[in-house]
Amino acid sequence: MSASLSRPTKRVAVLAIALSSALVAAGCTSNDPATTPAASTQQTGSDAVSDNDAPGKKVVIGFSGPAADHGWLAAVNKSAQDEAKKYSDIELKSAEGTNDASLQISQIETFINDKVDAIVLLPTDGAALTEVATKAMQAGIPVINVDREFSSPFAARATVLGDNYGMGVSAGTYACKIVKDKNIANPVIAEIAGIDALPLTQDRSKGFADALKACNQTVDNRVAAEFTVESGEKQASNLLQAAPKIDVLWNHDDDQGVGVMAALDQANRHEMAFIGGAGSANAMRWIQEGKMEATVIYPPTQAADGIKLARLIAQGKGLSDLVQVEVPNRIVLNAPVVTKENVEQYLPLGFES
Amino acid sequence: MSADVTKVDQAGEPVGGAASGTTPPTPSGPPVGGAASRREGGIAGFLNGPVGRNAGLVLALVLLVIVGIITAGDRFASPENALTILRLGSVIGVVSVGMTFVISGGGIDLSVGAIVALSSVWATTVATQTMAANYHWIVMVIAALVVGAVCGLVNGVLIAYGRMAPFIATLAMLAAARGLAEIIAKRRTQIIRDRGFIEFFGGSVLGIPVLVIMFAIVAVVGWVLLNRTTFGRRTLAIGGNPEAARLAGIRVQRQTMYLYILLGVACGIAAVMIMARTTTGTSTHGTLYELDAIAAVVIGGTLLSGGRGTIVGTVLGVLIFTTLTNVFTLNNLDTSTQAVAKGAIIVAAVLLQQRVSRTRSG
Repeated sequence: MSASLSRPTKRVAVLAIALSSALVAAGCTSNDPATTPAASTQQTGSDAVSDNDAPGKKVVIGFSGPAADHGWLAAVNKSAQDEAKKYSDIELKSAEGTNDASLQISQIETFINDKVDAIVLLPTDGAALTEVATKAMQAGIPVINVDREFSSPFAARATVLGDNYGMGVSAGTYACKIVKDKNIANPVIAEIAGIDALPLTQDRSKGFADALKACNQTVDNRVAAEFTVESGEKQASNLLQAAPKIDVLWNHDDDQGVGVMAALDQANRHEMAFIGGAGSANAMRWIQEGKMEATVIYPPTQAADGIKLARLIAQGKGLSDLVQVEVPNRIVLNAPVVTKENVEQYLPLGFES
Repeated sequence: MSADVTKVDQAGEPVGGAASGTTPPTPSGPPVGGAASRREGGIAGFLNGPVGRNAGLVLALVLLVIVGIITAGDRFASPENALTILRLGSVIGVVSVGMTFVISGGGIDLSVGAIVALSSVWATTVATQTMAANYHWIVMVIAALVVGAVCGLVNGVLIAYGRMAPFIATLAMLAAARGLAEIIAKRRTQIIRDRGFIEFFGGSVLGIPVLVIMFAIVAVVGWVLLNRTTFGRRTLAIGGNPEAARLAGIRVQRQTMYLYILLGVACGIAAVMIMARTTTGTSTHGTLYELDAIAAVVIGGTLLSGGRGTIVGTVLGVLIFTTLTNVFTLNNLDTSTQAVAKGAIIVAAVLLQQRVSRTRSG
């Protein structure tokens, strides 16, 4: 085919292809909101003055996480990839995200056979992946466990966890503050949880209830959605009928929060202080607009932190801000509350749901 | 079992000519199964009317309502709550009406939830929304309906002309459509910017939400189509006995294809409704709709093996499930308890329905 084209035509064709692909590339990057948080972490990442970021020994890191079927999980995977790209000494082997524990086990087995230098693992189910992670550790490969904890301490060299219980505590404490500030006598406090069967949901609810206990309050109405927009709308619609007046509403997850907000708009019920969870960009924009009171962050940067720790461990470095020369075994991230006062600071970390 | 079924058929809804055996239906012929001749006035007419035929379901719904009133009082019995129940039931209701046609035509469709997801995503992409902003939000509605219809067409062609089992063909569509929805949306939630769209479908006419009106229209059109037209009689005929239907001159393959397209369009309508409810389009919409729709259709009294279908029963089935969730939420009961109750209701409603039908026909 191409042989039959005359030389000038061919040159024009090549130019056209190059131009159009450049346009496509430009279109992709400019539309991609996830580049913003990456850019900002780069700035904040240089807070500590140390030579840890200087290129060191080349390390191969294997990364495996769940399927990104949810805004938060997509942000987790994306931030891990972006973090790895910042270091010239990291070669990231990223396995396709999956929700199938047995597939994830085989991914880790492949990493062991490939003799990677470290593995960062966000398991679909912590208990199910413990066995294979232990095997990797015995083969001398440090495993960094992210978000969902293994059932054995021998399965991981370091563990980075979001604080689900702490998220509930933050939300509950903030709810108490609202009740106290507004001086509400008999407040109606409602909760829209995520998937009830998951330990993380149970932890969040327990933290919320415990924090409310501190100000002698309890959850009056509770429903559980499924982390989807549709389920959030459905559960919220019914909840609004169950409670004709709500003072504080905590919704565990900002992805399903889009549906919750739709239900509040539909019923024209904005009398309550609406608190979210996870910290999506949507939620932060609502906070700016005054449609939402606050949201509790559940950091989507955990896997990115896992990648950084994996690099330090594989290179034999420590955390520069600690006196101890080794990377700690366990890091539990904070669950801060984002309100109108500090939303500008957190907006760059907000993920698009 | 099958003897019972035949009795039910002759006592109640119009059934496929194949089920009554001797007289194959002709397109111009009278409704088969004797429903017309039994439609007299008085108590007999009432018993054979929509209420009588679905006595078990009506009883279940009334019981639920009574439980709701006793346990939640005014919060349950308020007009707003009634409208909330109807609004929440309307999306799955539209899908279930479409599903009634496919099931009574002897098929099944497992891909409805995935088609709803794909339609909602396609109708809310940046490209579609830009077009909608330039012309009118009707562009989004058309996009959803066309995507639904095309998915239905693919299902229909694979099943009718490709001779694939409906279960397998639609299982393939379930996987493929949701996968495509994820690819298009990049697993993001696409927010609808067009206020006109949200305000129209989220609004009310004379105090009744537009979504509920849409469900009512779909249900009425579905009822007329199934019970009063040759299209409906052909559907029941191919569901009852495709071979007899073919001998009677019905183009079985074409009719089968039409049924899946019809359901696809219903999914498109449902996608528009869910878009209005949530103000978004995303690949997670319509999760497990296939099971909810099949459950509503089957407890409604439509035969899973085909040949008998009831739109009124389907609507009652949808209302029972939606009311159940509402009553449970008003009483602050958790989702696990709801799931157990849902299972119990399915069994109870079907048993009640069988008992009522048997006493009347026996």
